[in-house]
Amino acid sequence: MWSYLLKRLGLSAVIVLSALLVLFLLLHLIPGDPARIALGPRATPEVVARYAEKAHLNEPVLVQFWIYFTNALSGDLGVDVFSERSVAKIVLEDLPSTLILAAAGLLWAALIGIPLGCLSAIRPNSWFDRMTGIISVSTIAIPSFLVAIWSLLVFAVTLRWLPAIGGGESGDLADQVRHLILPAFAVGLGWVGYLARMVRASMLEVMNENYIRAAYAFGLTQRTIVFRYALKVAILPTITLIGIGFSGLLSGAVFAEIIFTRPGVGKLIYDMVMNRNFPVVQGAVLITTAIYVLITLLADLLVAWLDPRVRDSL
Amino acid sequence: MSATRSDRPLVAASAPDRLGSEGWRRLRRIVGNWQGLTGLILVLLFFASALFAPVLAPYDPNALDIPARLSGPSWLHFAGTDQLGRDTFSRVLHGGRIALYVAAIGVSTSLAIGLLLGMLAGYGARWLDGLLLLLFDVIRSFPTIVIALAAVALLGPSLNLVLTIIIVTSIPSYARLVRTSTMALRNTEFIIAERSLGVGLGRILWRHILPNVVGPMFILAAMDVPVVVTVEAGLSFLGLGVLPPTASWGSILNEGYLLIRQTPWPIIAGGIPLILATLGFTFLGEALRDILDPRLGQRR
Repeated sequence: MWSYLLKRLGLSAVIVLSALLVLFLLLHLIPGDPARIALGPRATPEVVARYAEKAHLNEPVLVQFWIYFTNALSGDLGVDVFSERSVAKIVLEDLPSTLILAAAGLLWAALIGIPLGCLSAIRPNSWFDRMTGIISVSTIAIPSFLVAIWSLLVFAVTLRWLPAIGGGESGDLADQVRHLILPAFAVGLGWVGYLARMVRASMLEVMNENYIRAAYAFGLTQRTIVFRYALKVAILPTITLIGIGFSGLLSGAVFAEIIFTRPGVGKLIYDMVMNRNFPVVQGAVLITTAIYVLITLLADLLVAWLDPRVRDSL
Repeated sequence: MSATRSDRPLVAASAPDRLGSEGWRRLRRIVGNWQGLTGLILVLLFFASALFAPVLAPYDPNALDIPARLSGPSWLHFAGTDQLGRDTFSRVLHGGRIALYVAAIGVSTSLAIGLLLGMLAGYGARWLDGLLLLLFDVIRSFPTIVIALAAVALLGPSLNLVLTIIIVTSIPSYARLVRTSTMALRNTEFIIAERSLGVGLGRILWRHILPNVVGPMFILAAMDVPVVVTVEAGLSFLGLGVLPPTASWGSILNEGYLLIRQTPWPIIAGGIPLILATLGFTFLGEALRDILDPRLGQRR
């Protein structure tokens, strides 16, 4: 168990370090003045000079990397030279909105997808199972950004049922929820299919186990068996899937935020790409990667801890 | 070289990927299954419409016709026109060429590199295997779109950058699959026999391992096409892929998105082929998997 934990932690550290390295190298491998490249042609020479000084771009490259690296590890991601605000602060302000969107998308998908998977595993090859199969493939295949655009077109622009842009008035919870519905729908739709499939497949495996047959022999109702005993085990691979698929969830959230002009890290990164403000992009990408790695790690550890079969094999 | 050694592998090179009478039977099974048939039709449609776009398109995709701007579907313009009066249907057809180009180059390059790295990882020294696995894990753990945004921020939008990102991020899944099957093969009798006859590494990998591991890669490739097409469309939608005036499904969607309150047609017309293509390749990939690899199929 400990060696697994160490290995997993080590891998996570390597991933975050590589992200740091990639973001650093991106800026330095492009021929030209790094400060100018980072800020684009529209930045005034004063701003460029200020950035070069703040990011220690006049030092030797290795020194620069060391400063960047140690600063990043201590949570200092530099300063946005345009607004004079701390990059970490800018990103952390937008982070909750993105996490809420991702969580809302996943939640509604789980509420629909997991029961769908269970029900189709109870009666494999029934018409219900076939229907679920078709729905699963279709929702997985449709790109989430297209779902976002089309739902914007149908529900916000044409039918005017829901608001089209923004995250809602701060403090007005009902308004915020109304603004969350369409983006969360777009982010989660593909997951309905993923979850239904995954739960169906692992449920089919679990239903053949002896203890489930024993439960039937004891005369327990099918509902009790499926939802109280089988699902507990069948849900485990799903947790890993959520961990792995979190990257997809994030990119879905990036698109949804841009399409619905909703505040969040994705929108922030996009706006900063468009404004050529690389220092903020750098910080935001780093934080996103770190969160993603953390969630994958937690999912893996959770599975290892919950599943006795995995726990014993470690 | 020894006279007894045949150049053919001692075990028949995986029958699944030979198109003999066996292959025809499999093709019939794909066509016999509604999912496989739908997939095959959609994929053929995708290839045909992209290849013959210049012949099929009623207009030049970039020809301006300002008086006819923002018109809805009509006999003159099947899918209406955009804000510059360009024919959306022609642009969609030409956009399919970009999707096909990206899918063909992206999937074949990452498949080839993935094959090579996967065989090296599975057959080579343990340290090399460890190093490559770590590399694959790291690449797979990056949030692709977010990293792509960072790269575009510095290098500016271009289709080649999109392709590079697609290739780098798709290699690990191919390589991992090949690695696993190579490891299973490396200690089989016919490979040990080859090795003891003094056959070189390159020849073993090329003539004996490759034919046996390449089959499942085509399933993965079919499943990978929708991902690749979606990434290109997504980045072009954000204005980070193809440059105007080139038509790509993503850029048509982007232009339509900006006009969403004036006309719904570009968004509808740009989205439908994207969905049909992703659905088609997904259906075909699943049908292929169920037929070629029943064990995977059970897990669905």
